[in-house]
Amino acid sequence: MTTKPLLKVDNLKKYFPVKKGMLGRTVGQVKAVDDVSFYVNEGETLGIVGESGCGKSTTGRMLMRLLEPSEGKVEFDGQELTSLSSDEMRKTRRDIQMVFQDPYASLNPRHTIGKILEEPLIVHGLDNAKERKEKVRKFLEIVGLSAYHAKRYPHQFSGGQRQRIGIARALMTNPKLIIADEPVSALDVSIQSQVLNLMQDLQKDFNLTYIFIAHDLGVVRHISDRVAVMYLGKMVEIAESEQLYVEPLHPYTQALLSAVPVPDPDYKKEQIVLEGDIPNPANPPSGCTFHTRCPFKMDICTKVVPELIQHGPGHSVACHLYGDESDNDIKKMEGSL
Amino acid sequence: MSERKTILQVKDLQTTFFTDSGEIPAVDHIDFHVKEGEILGIVGESGCGKSVTSLSIMGLIPQPPGKIVGGEIVFQENDLLKMTERQMRQIRGNDIAMIFQEPMTSLNPLFTIGNQMLEAILIHEKGWSKKKAKERAIEMLQLVGLPRAEEMLQDYPHQLSGGMRQRVMIAMALVCDPKVLIADEPTTALDVTIQAQILKLMRELNTRLNTAVLLITHDLGVVAETCERVIVMYAGQIIEESPAKQIFDDPQHPYTKGLIQSIPDMRFKKDRLYSIPGSVPKPGSIKQGCRFAARCEFAFDRCIKEDPELYETSDAHQTRCFLYDKEGAEMDDNKTLIESR
Ligand SMILES: Nc1ncnc2c1ncn2[C@@H]1O[C@H](COP(=O)(O)OP(=O)(O)O)[C@@H](O)[C@H]1O
Ligand SMILES: Nc1ncnc2c1ncn2[C@@H]1O[C@H](COP(=O)(O)OP(=O)(O)O)[C@@H](O)[C@H]1O
Ligand SMILES: [Mg+2]
Ligand SMILES: [Mg+2]
Repeated sequence: MTTKPLLKVDNLKKYFPVKKGMLGRTVGQVKAVDDVSFYVNEGETLGIVGESGCGKSTTGRMLMRLLEPSEGKVEFDGQELTSLSSDEMRKTRRDIQMVFQDPYASLNPRHTIGKILEEPLIVHGLDNAKERKEKVRKFLEIVGLSAYHAKRYPHQFSGGQRQRIGIARALMTNPKLIIADEPVSALDVSIQSQVLNLMQDLQKDFNLTYIFIAHDLGVVRHISDRVAVMYLGKMVEIAESEQLYVEPLHPYTQALLSAVPVPDPDYKKEQIVLEGDIPNPANPPSGCTFHTRCPFKMDICTKVVPELIQHGPGHSVACHLYGDESDNDIKKMEGSL
Repeated sequence: MSERKTILQVKDLQTTFFTDSGEIPAVDHIDFHVKEGEILGIVGESGCGKSVTSLSIMGLIPQPPGKIVGGEIVFQENDLLKMTERQMRQIRGNDIAMIFQEPMTSLNPLFTIGNQMLEAILIHEKGWSKKKAKERAIEMLQLVGLPRAEEMLQDYPHQLSGGMRQRVMIAMALVCDPKVLIADEPTTALDVTIQAQILKLMRELNTRLNTAVLLITHDLGVVAETCERVIVMYAGQIIEESPAKQIFDDPQHPYTKGLIQSIPDMRFKKDRLYSIPGSVPKPGSIKQGCRFAARCEFAFDRCIKEDPELYETSDAHQTRCFLYDKEGAEMDDNKTLIESR
């Protein structure tokens, strides 16, 4: 497997203004994504998990510049995306495609599936009419539908079929990276497993790189090589999937994993039930933003923002529990890498 | 443990929707019972008839287009289907309460939490003073783990988080000290850490108040962690019923088996998930034979010709599948086949 990063993200931020009153005065800001850095290797799947509002979708949308970052850099395939003109960016978008949670909302109800699938090719000036029709047929079959479906309209399909159409559309331009934002969250379990299997097959067949955003930790474990955990706009832990699930370090990751109901009544796990709610991102807690719910809170946590630092091979965590005393170990480990 | 009494019994219930595009038998001859103080789960994929079942019990089926066309719902020896709307309102206020997936739809956005709680209490306790009702409201909010209960009476629903709203709904459902609480996907709209809080609360309240709970969910994980007994629904029918533990140790219906195997397990990675081919049929679209036959890898001739009944396979375990028909000729061969999986 190649280990060249296809995508590299540095200090990405998105602050949304909070407006109030008739005049729309800005009275504050929501730090939707607050200084996030990570990379994705070619051919791998990076999962991003976290509870609603933690900034997963905002991150995904900034990577494609569907949303302009407030700060930070996104490097894709050796190219710095944040400095591209909108024209150049449009060209790059054929290499990065997105799949959404609710394909229905993103499929024009008045267009046939054929027209919907052809559109990305037309936008990017690819192929002639005949080749485009041929491709539509080919990709419909690849995602498990049939050529005759091209004549139908979105409402004539079930939720699972619509997600297949959303995936086919993302594949049309032969992209390198697919950002899938909760692609199976709205689907029933039996349909969800069909779509997950399809996505895994496509990844092999087309050498795709995935960023897979979801709130379901079972789904993310299944599909991801590495997993990043977000909380209130920050990445609090990132590790190889196996490692993260076997040895979660951040107390939030531990609580999140322990909260997932496991379909096995014999499985006795130690459940950490977090107190309270996720704080308001317009007014986040000082220091470590998790300290208001953390069972291991120390003095320093209310004052100092913990950095995301490496704690083991490929395993980074932003938590003061793994601070100073382990510094030496980390240096040793980095030295041996 | 002593044998508990049945508190609610649903007998041969049929609820049909009469629409422009035809009749939809959303709930198609279902039978089950709820025992005092137990947590019974109903699990199934969307559209299988879970909500229609609970709305039928509550007498809240929109009519038209819906209509309960047959059966009985016996609560404490009385058939709810024979009651007047006024009597049903009494039942809903005092005996059977319901909470929904999205509490925002059942809380009025224009009134404070206090307003709505007091109203619910005063319907139940007609002679009470406002002061006494307010004390009760605060007590209930504290019971469901809301810390600043007194201040919260002043709040409007939109000022609360999803988890807090669901707690308020539970508090309101419990003010009348119901015998049965129907919870229709109470945690589906919530984040997993908040879901864990609410499920823990429901288990605690069930133990403490001995309220029977009918918990409707699409998540088998929630069933495993919360329920004593479970009913699996498919296309308007009950296809399996058993103690919750047994449904995981010994799932019998091919649909139940497939469903359990389709879940990505967080504890270990499978290379590939099992997946049931095809999709859930619309209720009524299959006129003859087993509703699952077209997706079933074990289907044989009889499955597309005859309707299977619920066969008793062991104590308290029933399965709607010909593979478990002890009289059926093909049984032995197929049973070996299914058990070898
Ligand atoms: N266009 C916007 N304007 C203002 N706030 C926004 C906007 N989009 C998202 N947010 C806020 O940013 C935060 C992160 O949102 P989002 O990225 O959608 O989270 P997630 O996908 O993890 O649920 C939330 O608090 C959300 O309310
Ligand atoms: N108001 C309605 N009008 C027509 N059909 C309905 C109505 N409500 C429910 N149904 C049908 O009844 C079936 C069962 O629905 P429901 O009980 O809501 O499923 P779920 O198991 O997801 O809760 C569905 O197929 C649905 O189409
Ligand atoms: Mg999102
Ligand atoms: Mg429902």
